[in-house]
Amino acid sequence: MKKSKKKVPAAANKQSFGVYLKRYWQLYALLALPLLYLLVFKYIPMIYIQIAFKKYSIVQSVWEMPLAANHGFEYFIKAFNNKDFLNSLRNTLVLNLLDLVIGFPIPIIFALILNELVFKRFKRVVQTIAYMPHFLSWVIIYGLALQIFAPSTGFVNLILNSLGFETVPFLNDPSHWRWTYIFLGVWQSFGWNSIVYLAAIAGINSELYEAASVDGAGRFKKMWHITLPGIKSTIVVLLVMNLGNILGSGFDRPFALQNNLVMNVAEVLSTFIYKYGIKSLQFSMTTAVGLFQSLICVIFLLLANWFSRKLGERGIW
Amino acid sequence: MNKVRSKSEKAGDLIFVLICVIVSLLCLIPMINLLARSLSSTDALIKREVYLWPKGLNFDAYSMVLTDMKYVRAFFWTVFLTIVCTLVSLTMTALCAYPLIFEKLRGRGAINIFITITMFFNAGTIPNYLLMKSLNFLNNPLVLIIPSCMSVYNMIIMRSFFYGIPESLRESAEIDGASYFKILTRIYLPLSKPVFATLALFYAVGRWNGYADALMYINKEIFYPLQLFLYNILNNMNSVEIATQEGFSSPGLQESVKAAVVMFSTIPILCIYPWLQKYFIHGVTMGAVKE
Repeated sequence: MKKSKKKVPAAANKQSFGVYLKRYWQLYALLALPLLYLLVFKYIPMIYIQIAFKKYSIVQSVWEMPLAANHGFEYFIKAFNNKDFLNSLRNTLVLNLLDLVIGFPIPIIFALILNELVFKRFKRVVQTIAYMPHFLSWVIIYGLALQIFAPSTGFVNLILNSLGFETVPFLNDPSHWRWTYIFLGVWQSFGWNSIVYLAAIAGINSELYEAASVDGAGRFKKMWHITLPGIKSTIVVLLVMNLGNILGSGFDRPFALQNNLVMNVAEVLSTFIYKYGIKSLQFSMTTAVGLFQSLICVIFLLLANWFSRKLGERGIW
Repeated sequence: MNKVRSKSEKAGDLIFVLICVIVSLLCLIPMINLLARSLSSTDALIKREVYLWPKGLNFDAYSMVLTDMKYVRAFFWTVFLTIVCTLVSLTMTALCAYPLIFEKLRGRGAINIFITITMFFNAGTIPNYLLMKSLNFLNNPLVLIIPSCMSVYNMIIMRSFFYGIPESLRESAEIDGASYFKILTRIYLPLSKPVFATLALFYAVGRWNGYADALMYINKEIFYPLQLFLYNILNNMNSVEIATQEGFSSPGLQESVKAAVVMFSTIPILCIYPWLQKYFIHGVTMGAVKE
């Protein structure tokens, strides 16, 4: 993408900035609004991060607030002594790990299967259907789950009962809730996530397959020795990004799916911050928690990237 | 390609087709079940007779939802919000992506860094909340439009699409003395319909499906977008008008009304996305392949 700078005429560098601006001011004018947006809504909030180290007061400005006790780390200590925080930290980790272990390979397998389909029209229909859940909001998915998993009248339990099994409380029992959460996550995203792998597969040189066929390689041999190595770098990039987000937590999914009966396994960091921060106004402690979470995410991303480069992959940058 | 497929290959094909059929069913069954429940009679629901086909077909639930003014209001308010958000976001994204394709733009490297940092580091929920508070955005419908009016990720998708448009086009226009603004509107926009379709879908779906911002920043019910409204209905936290109507207290009807509400809130997107499939697949791939 980067063209050499030779294209810019040598004189351009000598032009005074005024002359330059006279010619190109329109480009800067176009950029002004988006950059202002990023400054106000992405950078200015960073000023408020300091309240993690300060005693929050509603009447003072952020700069005037006094430093919190323990060299400003009072609220970090407080958070780590808070049972709810530790609990949501654990839940975030557990749910994300389960998501990774179960949810990460499925789109790859699905892409491999789609790639083997002979009838193109059938393949297109399957793809359209599989992308559908991605377009549903988590509230709607929660609504769907409430209906289909309802203990007494839900479809799944009706089937289970007619097969002679007991009613399963999918959404109301902590141990079942966890798996329902993971299942719904996979259900929502496997089709969408397979798009990237399908594109990577499409980029593999088809001569490799022909050569392998001549050598007598079967379907699975070709998958294993050509397709998978061909999409390896895509897999690694996505794995690095997923590992970088191992302590991250979206808000929409856990918040929509959780209920009071399962809170001890369902509370994650994002919902903890919402409840303690915005609902109970403990701004300093929840900012500290958010900062901790962001830092861990950045560190994990760097580590995962470093590791993948160590293994000879290109990583994400 | 026209080789005769061997017996074992045919068996393999069949297995893959079967797997795909099962997967598709898994995706569709929840929707079909929902539709069946929304059209079934209260009796059939309570007697546990409803599987994938409505029993005791009736449209009571739908007529209840459609005559509920609060719901209809929230629905059209969200349609309006979604249209406005999509237009604003597309404009902002194009404004940001277009100047950045010019090699000669001084400070381009710095601007790119300024933009990229925001992808990796977010100030966090509470700092954002305090910003909204100091901007007087709390309980202000603008908070549903402006803070999320551009996604850097989508901007990168648009920029790489712009890169794909031959440079010679804009160079000859420049020689003819066209202004940069004119080059954008006369050359780039007409050639970029696919990427605009993709990003319009992404932005529209994001706004239609989003509820976290409204939950955090807004507590006036008249500004609630549909999803938050729906969340409250599902959790029985809403003073919906339907609730006061006679019969809502019966559990069966309540279930089928919920099913109808969910169904209704889903339909707009389900009607749109299949038509844009060939565009958004391209968009997703472009975002993933860097350089």
